[in-house]
Amino acid sequence: MAAKKKSESKPSDPQLHRELLHSMLLQRRFEEKVGEAYALGKIGGFCHLYIGQEAVSTGIISMLRDDDYVITTYRDHGQAIARGLTPRAVMAELFGRVDGCSKGKGGSMHLFDRNLNFLGGHGIVGGHVPLAAGVGFAIKYRGGDQVIICFMGESVVNTGAFHEALNMAALWKLPCVFVIENNKYGMGTAVERAAAIKDLSRRADSYQGMWGEHVDGQDVLAVREATRRALEEARKGEPVLLEVRTYRYMGHSMSDAVSGTYRTKAELDEYLKRDPINLFKARMLEIGEITDAEFATMEQEIKATVQDSWDFADASPEPPLESLYEDVLVETGS
Amino acid sequence: MAIITYREALNQALREEMARDDRVYLMGEEVAQYNGAYKVSKGLLEEFGEMRVVDTPITELGFAGVGVGSAMVGLRPVIEFMTWNFALLAIDQIVNAAAKMLYMSGGQYNIPMVFRGPNGAALQLSAQHSQAFESWLAHIPGIKVVTPGTPYDAKGLLKAAIRDDNPVVVLEGEMLYNTKGEVPEDDYIVPIGKADLKREGDHCSIITSGKMVLVAMNAADQLAKEGIRVDVVDLRTVRPMDIDAITASVRKTNRAVVLEEGWELAGIGAQVVDYIQRDCFDHLDAPVIRVHQADVPMPYAKALEKSAKPDVAKTIAAVKKVMYVD
Repeated sequence: MAAKKKSESKPSDPQLHRELLHSMLLQRRFEEKVGEAYALGKIGGFCHLYIGQEAVSTGIISMLRDDDYVITTYRDHGQAIARGLTPRAVMAELFGRVDGCSKGKGGSMHLFDRNLNFLGGHGIVGGHVPLAAGVGFAIKYRGGDQVIICFMGESVVNTGAFHEALNMAALWKLPCVFVIENNKYGMGTAVERAAAIKDLSRRADSYQGMWGEHVDGQDVLAVREATRRALEEARKGEPVLLEVRTYRYMGHSMSDAVSGTYRTKAELDEYLKRDPINLFKARMLEIGEITDAEFATMEQEIKATVQDSWDFADASPEPPLESLYEDVLVETGS
Repeated sequence: MAIITYREALNQALREEMARDDRVYLMGEEVAQYNGAYKVSKGLLEEFGEMRVVDTPITELGFAGVGVGSAMVGLRPVIEFMTWNFALLAIDQIVNAAAKMLYMSGGQYNIPMVFRGPNGAALQLSAQHSQAFESWLAHIPGIKVVTPGTPYDAKGLLKAAIRDDNPVVVLEGEMLYNTKGEVPEDDYIVPIGKADLKREGDHCSIITSGKMVLVAMNAADQLAKEGIRVDVVDLRTVRPMDIDAITASVRKTNRAVVLEEGWELAGIGAQVVDYIQRDCFDHLDAPVIRVHQADVPMPYAKALEKSAKPDVAKTIAAVKKVMYVD
C-alpha cells in the first residue's frame, strides 16, 4: 500500500509557510548553539543533534492538535522545540539546570513536557515504541480521537520491540502513527548493512490493515501532506507506518566525526544540496512568500531567541543537592 | 472470616479494584478467555469486558510497554506475566521505562501500574521456569516490590499495589495459589513497606518473605516442639524494606536466620544481613546464617531439585546452628 505522492500544489499560505520556516530555522540555530555549548563543556553526556532533519519534526508536528501525543528517541531536541517546548526550557535542561524541562534530571536524551503531551525522549533503541502503542491503547480505552506520533530512527525497525508494538497496534486498531526518521545511519551502520529490506515503509505489510508510506523528508510540505493522510487513517483507528527519508548532517553524537569514517564527504555534500531549510526558503523566495529582508529579520529574531535561551540556562541554578532523592517515587494515597 | 485460597484472594482484589476504579485494567497472556493460566482472573472478562481484561499475543516486552505507555496518560494497568521467568523479556520496560520515568521527567510522569505473576520455583519445571527474581527487582530504585506469602497479604497487597501511584511489582507463587487462609470480606489493604511478625518467639529470628513464609512457619512449629521459640518476620515488601521490623526482632532475639528462595550472591538475604550488622552489631550472639537456593540452575530430577531448594530442614538446621545447639 506504499503510496508515493508528491506534495499537492496548494494555494499559497504565506503565514503558515513563514511559521514552518521559522520552526525549522529555530531548531537549526538552536542545535548549532548546542554544539557550541557542548564544545565549551556547558553540556555533558551524550548529545545527539538534529541538524538536517528539521522538516520531519516541523512537517509532522505542525499537523497535530494540542491534545495529540508525541513520543520520541534520544535525538529529541528538534521535536521538542517543534512541539512548543521553549528554547529556554530545553537549553536549561541540556545545561543540567533546575529550570530545564525535566528539572535537570533528564538531560539531552530525556526532554519531557506533560502540558504539551510531549512524552519524552527515550534512550533505549526500540524501547519507546511499545509505550506509543500503550498511549494508543489508552486513547482507544477512553474513546478519544487523539493520535500518538512515535518518532524513531531507522535502526529501530530491526528491534523486537518495533515488531511487538506494531503487531499489537494493528491487531487492536490503535490510533498510532509510527514515524521512521530514516537518516540512513544507525550510529555508524548504514541502513543497508542493518535492515534486510530496502523500502522500510513496507514493514507495514506484515500487519494487516496498517498503512505504509514513504515520503521525502527534506520537503516540509510533502511531509505535511503525508502526515495529513496518516492522521486521517490513525484517527479512524488504523495505525500508519510513515517512513520519512532524511539525512543527518552531523555525527551520531558529539564524539562522532561528521564524515570520513562510515560515510564520505562527497555523500554528505550531495545531501547538503537538499538542505530542508534552504529548499523551503528558496521556494518561498521564488513565489514571493518571503523577501530576503524578511528572512534576515527572522534570522535576527531567532538568533536573539537562541542567545536568550543560553543566557537563561547559564543563569539558572544547578538543581539543589536535596533534589537528588526527589521524584524517585510519588507520594501515594494507598 | 472466610477461608479462601491465595488464588481467590488475588481474584477478589482484582475484581474489587476494577469495580472501584474504571481506569484499572488487566492485560496479559491468557488472562481473558482462558481465565488466566493459573485462573487468577477467573470470571473477570465476563464481568468487565474485553477492553478491561485483555488477552495479548506472546509478547512480554510489547505488552509491558503498552502498560507503561497507558499509565503515562492516566490508566492504571495491571500487567500479568504468566511467570516472572518470561518477564525477563520485558525487563527493559520495567527497569528503563516504568522505574525511571518519574525521575528522568523531573517528576512529570508517574507510572501507576502493577506488574504481577508467579515467581520462583514450582515442582520439576527445571532451569528456565524456576527462578526467584526478588533481588533483581528490588535492586531498582523507582519501583516497589511486594512478596505476599498468605491469602490475606495477597489480597491486601495487590489492592494496595493497584491503588499506588508508582509502579509496583507483585511476586506471587505458583505453589501458593492453592494455599488457604482467612481473608476478610470487607475492603482492606496491607500497607506496602510494612513487615508482619507472623509468629513470636524470643530465641531466634527467621527473616523471610513470599513463598518462604510457609517454610519458616513450618520450621517454627517443629522447633517449638524442641522448645526453641522463634520470631518469624515476614517482610511482605522487599522494596522498600521494613528495617525497623528486622532490627526490633533481632535486638530481642540476638540471633537471626535469613531465609529466601533465590540464590546466595547479591540475594535479598545479603541486604537483610547488612541491615542487621549495621543496626544490631552489639546485639548479636552469633553470626547470622542465610538459607537460600543452591548456587546452580534449577535441576529437573526430583531429588536434585529438592536438594537445591531452601526448605524446612535446612531452616531448622540453620536456627540450631545460630543457637549453638546440635
